[in-house]
Amino acid sequence: MTKIMLDKTGIAKRIAKEVKDGYYVNLGIGIPTLVANYVRRDIEVEFQSENGVLGMGPFPFEGEEDADIINAGKQTITTLPGASFFDSAMSFSMIRGQHVDLTILGAMEVAENGDIANWKIPGKMVKGMGGAMDLVASAENIIVAMMHTNKRGESKLLKQCSLPLTGVGCVKKIVTNMAVIEVTEKGFKLLERAPGVSVEDIKKATEGNLIVDGDIPEMAL
Amino acid sequence: MINKKVANVHDALKGMSDNMTLMLGGFGLSGIPENAISELVKLGVKGLTCISNNAGVDDFGLGLLLQKKQIKKMVSSYVGENDEFERQMLSGELDVELIPQGTLAERCRAAQAGFPAVYTPAGFGTEVGEGKETRDFDGKMYVLEHAFKADFAFVKAWKGDAAGNLMFKGTSRNFNPNMCGAAKITVAEVEELVPLGTLDPNQIHIPGIFVQRIFQGAHYEKRIEQRTVRQRD
Repeated sequence: MTKIMLDKTGIAKRIAKEVKDGYYVNLGIGIPTLVANYVRRDIEVEFQSENGVLGMGPFPFEGEEDADIINAGKQTITTLPGASFFDSAMSFSMIRGQHVDLTILGAMEVAENGDIANWKIPGKMVKGMGGAMDLVASAENIIVAMMHTNKRGESKLLKQCSLPLTGVGCVKKIVTNMAVIEVTEKGFKLLERAPGVSVEDIKKATEGNLIVDGDIPEMAL
Repeated sequence: MINKKVANVHDALKGMSDNMTLMLGGFGLSGIPENAISELVKLGVKGLTCISNNAGVDDFGLGLLLQKKQIKKMVSSYVGENDEFERQMLSGELDVELIPQGTLAERCRAAQAGFPAVYTPAGFGTEVGEGKETRDFDGKMYVLEHAFKADFAFVKAWKGDAAGNLMFKGTSRNFNPNMCGAAKITVAEVEELVPLGTLDPNQIHIPGIFVQRIFQGAHYEKRIEQRTVRQRD
């Protein structure tokens, strides 16, 4: 069988299955943004962007871009019927107050206890945390979308994060190009494999404790 | 009606001096007080501490003040799109306090609402929470974050009237309403200064009591950072 590591679109497609009817969802920048394209059409979901919009729609048609209507990635967007705009304090009331049902964001590192690092590489990358610290500190339901290893081939699923933390013990689920993993009290629990990727492959690419319990099914995409 | 209208941006910035602390509305380049920023460049005031979610881009927004080295310290949540910012920060010329976006909004709102500080879960267990008071509420840990203290708040609204009432448009609202009344003097610039009585009181986002000075802004560029479009089928 051929080994098919997922690309970013594949990760987004798998995460889209976690989005349920009636959910308010906050999507981070990068892979998470793609998730909106693959959510089932027969369910009702509203996307929140922390710069102050609920009910985000697709990108505008050329010529219809509005500098006053953007998402958290500063991209021009549209709104859907039922959308609303609000100020930043109210936006984070939705987030901190746990009114948002699902948060999907990227990460540089995740530890087996659910710690996440995604905002700073000391001496190298100075961009800031934006809304990520508020999101991870408050959300009940956080899914991390990321590649299993970094550009140097090193695992991003670690015993302990080496980079400055964004939040502690908060990640519940991770979807990578290789696997779907649940963060449990005992470590990373393998739930699903990408098509053709073996448990051994995933073990090799996971530095933290990987719990393999019985047969691990392939992801349905 | 208590009249808040001033003739122009020059009058709106009366009392500005070196080493002041400013709040500036906007998310990215959306909803930034373009006129106030231009005037700050013109005035050449230095040693400023700027509280603003972002730091502009190299040639627009707060990037213009950074180019002239007028900013001593930035308090922001995300500063990714500015090379000059990064250079000044890494060389130590610029002092930077990075804080979570929701904390930034709430420290503004606390100042507006008369709270000295608020507890937030954001940043607990990270370097943002280091050295700050923490407290356990119902088994969850929170960090005490203090209200900002600022001399001027510069905000940008869509419509306003001489009473200082403001309405915002789309996501250009962002931090602007939270900064109104959060500094000693709030200066609002608007795209349309409309005749008194034409704004529906039901539709006003910020009542004039939070605004000390209002003026009709000029020449809004409203630059788009990431122009994303879809194709027509």
